[in-house]
Amino acid sequence: MTTLEARRRPTLSGGIDGVFRIALRTAGFLVLGLMVTVGGFLLFRGLTAFAAAGPAFLTTQTWEPDSRNFGIAAVLVGTLLIASVALVVAFPIALGMALYISEYAPRWFKRFLTSAIDLMAAVPSVVYGLFGATMLQWNGLDVPRWLSIQFGWIPFLDVPEADPDNPLSPLNVYTASSFWAGLVVGFMIMPFICSVMRESFTQAPPGEREGAYALGSTRWGMIRSVVLPFGRSGMIGGTMLGLGRALGETIAVAMIISPIFVIQPHILGAGANSVSALIAQQWGAASPFGLSALMAAGLALFTLTLIVNFAASAVIARSRSGQGSDA
Amino acid sequence: MSTMEQGAVGQEVTQPVAALPGSTQPVAVRQETVATVTVPVPHQTEQQRPRGPEARRDTRSLRPADVVTVIGALCAAAAMTGLLFDQIAPFSGVVGFVAIAFPLFLAVYALLVSLENDALAIRDKLVSALLHGIMVMTIGALFWIILYPVLKGWGVIWNGNFYTEDMSNAGTLDPLELGGILHAMVGTLEQITIALVITVPLGLTTAVFLNETRGVFTRVVRTVVEAMTALPSIIAGLFVYASLILLLGFTRSGFAAACAISIMMLPIMIRAADVVIRLVPSSLREASLAMGAGQLRTAWHVVLPTARSGLTTSVLLATARGVGETSPVLIAAGFTPYLNFDPFNDAQVSLPLATYQMVSSSEDTMKTRAFGAAVVLLVLVLVLFVLARLLGGREAGNLSAGQLRRRKRASAHDRERFIEAATRRAARPQPTPPPWSPPQQPQGESA
Repeated sequence: MTTLEARRRPTLSGGIDGVFRIALRTAGFLVLGLMVTVGGFLLFRGLTAFAAAGPAFLTTQTWEPDSRNFGIAAVLVGTLLIASVALVVAFPIALGMALYISEYAPRWFKRFLTSAIDLMAAVPSVVYGLFGATMLQWNGLDVPRWLSIQFGWIPFLDVPEADPDNPLSPLNVYTASSFWAGLVVGFMIMPFICSVMRESFTQAPPGEREGAYALGSTRWGMIRSVVLPFGRSGMIGGTMLGLGRALGETIAVAMIISPIFVIQPHILGAGANSVSALIAQQWGAASPFGLSALMAAGLALFTLTLIVNFAASAVIARSRSGQGSDA
Repeated sequence: MSTMEQGAVGQEVTQPVAALPGSTQPVAVRQETVATVTVPVPHQTEQQRPRGPEARRDTRSLRPADVVTVIGALCAAAAMTGLLFDQIAPFSGVVGFVAIAFPLFLAVYALLVSLENDALAIRDKLVSALLHGIMVMTIGALFWIILYPVLKGWGVIWNGNFYTEDMSNAGTLDPLELGGILHAMVGTLEQITIALVITVPLGLTTAVFLNETRGVFTRVVRTVVEAMTALPSIIAGLFVYASLILLLGFTRSGFAAACAISIMMLPIMIRAADVVIRLVPSSLREASLAMGAGQLRTAWHVVLPTARSGLTTSVLLATARGVGETSPVLIAAGFTPYLNFDPFNDAQVSLPLATYQMVSSSEDTMKTRAFGAAVVLLVLVLVLFVLARLLGGREAGNLSAGQLRRRKRASAHDRERFIEAATRRAARPQPTPPPWSPPQQPQGESA
C-alpha cells in the first residue's frame, strides 16, 4: 500500500453495461444508416434516367419518359408555387394561433387549444384531401373568381381561360388549381409552424414582459416589443420547417389538382402539378425506365426538402441557444 | 408622454401612475412624488399604515361596453355581408361569407372602438379581435374538416356489411348494401402492427441512446433524425421500393408498406421520446448511479419508468401519423379490392389508400364508401390521440392521482418488507461481519 493514493479515474462500468452501450450504439447506427441510405438508393436507381436525360432533366417540362423526353421543370415550379401559397396561408394563421395561445388564452383554454392544434397535425392527409377536393374548392369558388376579376392585372392572379362576362361559362376553370392545393396544404402545415412558434413565444422572458407592462405598454405593445423579437428565429425556423413539409405533401395535392405538364404560372387557374403528386399518379403505369425517371424526380424532391429542413433546424437550434438575456 | 397615458387606457389602470421612470417632470418633483406615494416599508411605524383594508382594485380589462361593442360589430358585419351576398354582389358559399364578413367585422369594430379610444388602444383592441377571430375560424375549420366526412359518409357507416365485407363482390355501380372496407381495415391493422414491432424497440432504444451517450456521433444522429421528421412520405415509399423490392426481391406486399410506414414513424417517435427522456430529472439518475446501479439498470429501472407516460404518448402519436400515411402504401403495397390476410404476399390495401382510390371514382356510391372509410380512419386516429392525451401529456415524474396512490402502496409494502428483513436479521446469530455492511438499524426506524 502506498501512502499516496493514486487519483481515481472515473471509468465506464463494464460487463453488462458495456453490452448495453454497444446495443445502444447499434440502434443509433441502424437509424443513421437507414436515413442516410434513403438518398443513396434513390440516386442509384435514378442514375439510368439521369444518364439518359442529362442536364435537360432540369429544363424539360414534359413527362414522357418512354420516349426519352422528360424533365422536372414544370413539376418543380408547380411544387414551389403550391408551397408558396401554402406558406402565405399558413404563416399568418400560425402566427395568430401561436400568439393567441401564448398571450391571450386562459389557462384551461390553452391546454384545449394546444391539443386541438396537435390533433390538426394528426389528421391524415387523405382527409384533408377529401375536404379540399370535394368540398372546399366547390364551396369557395367565388373567392378565386373574385380575386382573378379584381386583381387580374397582377400576372399570376390572372385566369386566361375564364370568361367572367358570360354567366353560363363553366366555373371549373377556378378549381383544381395551385391555389386550392396550396390552401389545403397550408391548413396541413399550419399546426407544425404554430407549435414551433408557440414554443419560442412562451420562452420570452417574463421579466421583460412585465417591464414592458410597467412602462405602460398595451398588450399589443408588449407583444411587439418583447414577444415577437424574442420569437423571431423561432418564427423563421418554424416557417421553414413548414416549407419542408409543404414541398413533400403528396396525397392531398394529388387529390385536388388536375395534372398538367407545362409551367402554369396562373395559380388561380385549373391545372397544377408537384413532384410528389407526379410520382403518386405516374407510379402505377410506369415502365422500368419510367420508374427510374420517377426515382430521379424523387431524389430532386428529397434534396430540396433536406436542404430546407437542415436550414430550419439550424435556425431553430440557434434560437434555443440564444436565451438568457433576462438579467 | 403619450405612450404612458395610452398604456393606462389600454390596461384600465385605475390608480394614477406616479413614479414612472423617464418622465418629463423635474427630478425634485419626481422624488417628492415618490416619497408621498411609496408603500410603507416594514420598519416604519404603525400609524403610517393605511387604516382599514384597502378596497380591492378591479384589474379586469373587460368591461360590459367591450362585449357590447363586439356583439354589435358582429351583427353589423353579418348583416352587411348578407346584403352583399344576396343583393349586390354574386357571392355564395360559406368560405366566401367568412372571407367577406371577417374583414367587415374588423372594420366596424375599429370604427366603434375609435369612438371613445385613442390610436394605441384601438390598435391593441384590433389585434386582440383579429387573434380571437383567427382562433375561432381555425377551431371551426378543424371541426368542419373532421365532421364533413361523417356527414357525407352517414349513409354507409351504419351498414353492418360495410365492416364485414370486402369489395370483391361489389362493383362501382352496386348499392351500399353490398361490399365494404373489411380488406382495408385488416390491411391497416396488420401494417401498423408490423410497423410498431419494428419501430418501438428501435425507436425507443435510439431515444435512450441519444440521452445516455455523449459525443459527435450522438449529435450527428440527433441532427439527422430531426431533419428526417419532415421526410416526404412518398420518398419513404420510393426508398422501400428501391431497396426491399428491387434489390432484395420482396414482392409488393403489406410488409413492404409496413417498412415504408416505419421509416416515416421512426424519426417522429425518436424525437418525441428523446424530448421526454431528456426531461427525466438528472437527480434521479444520479441517485440511482450513486446507489451502485449500472447504466443498464439505471436506464431500465429509473429513466424509462419515470418517462413511461411520455413514451407511451410518443408511440401513440407516431402510430396516429403512421396509420394515416397513404403514399407509402400506394407505392409499396399496391391497390386491391380483395381481402388479403397475408401481409407478406400480394397487394394489401389500407384505409387511407382505399379512401384515395374510392373517391377518385365518378360514382356517388363509391364516393360515399370513401367517406365511410375516412370516418373509420378518423375514429382510429382520434382514439389513438385521446389515449395519448389521457395517458401522457404529463412531465416526467409528475404523477396522476392513481399513480401516486399506487406508488404509496408500493412504498408502504417496501417499508413492511424492510422492517421484516431487519427484525429477521437482528434475530439471526451474527457471523463475522463483512468489511462493510449496509446500515441496518436506521432502515427499520426511518421507513
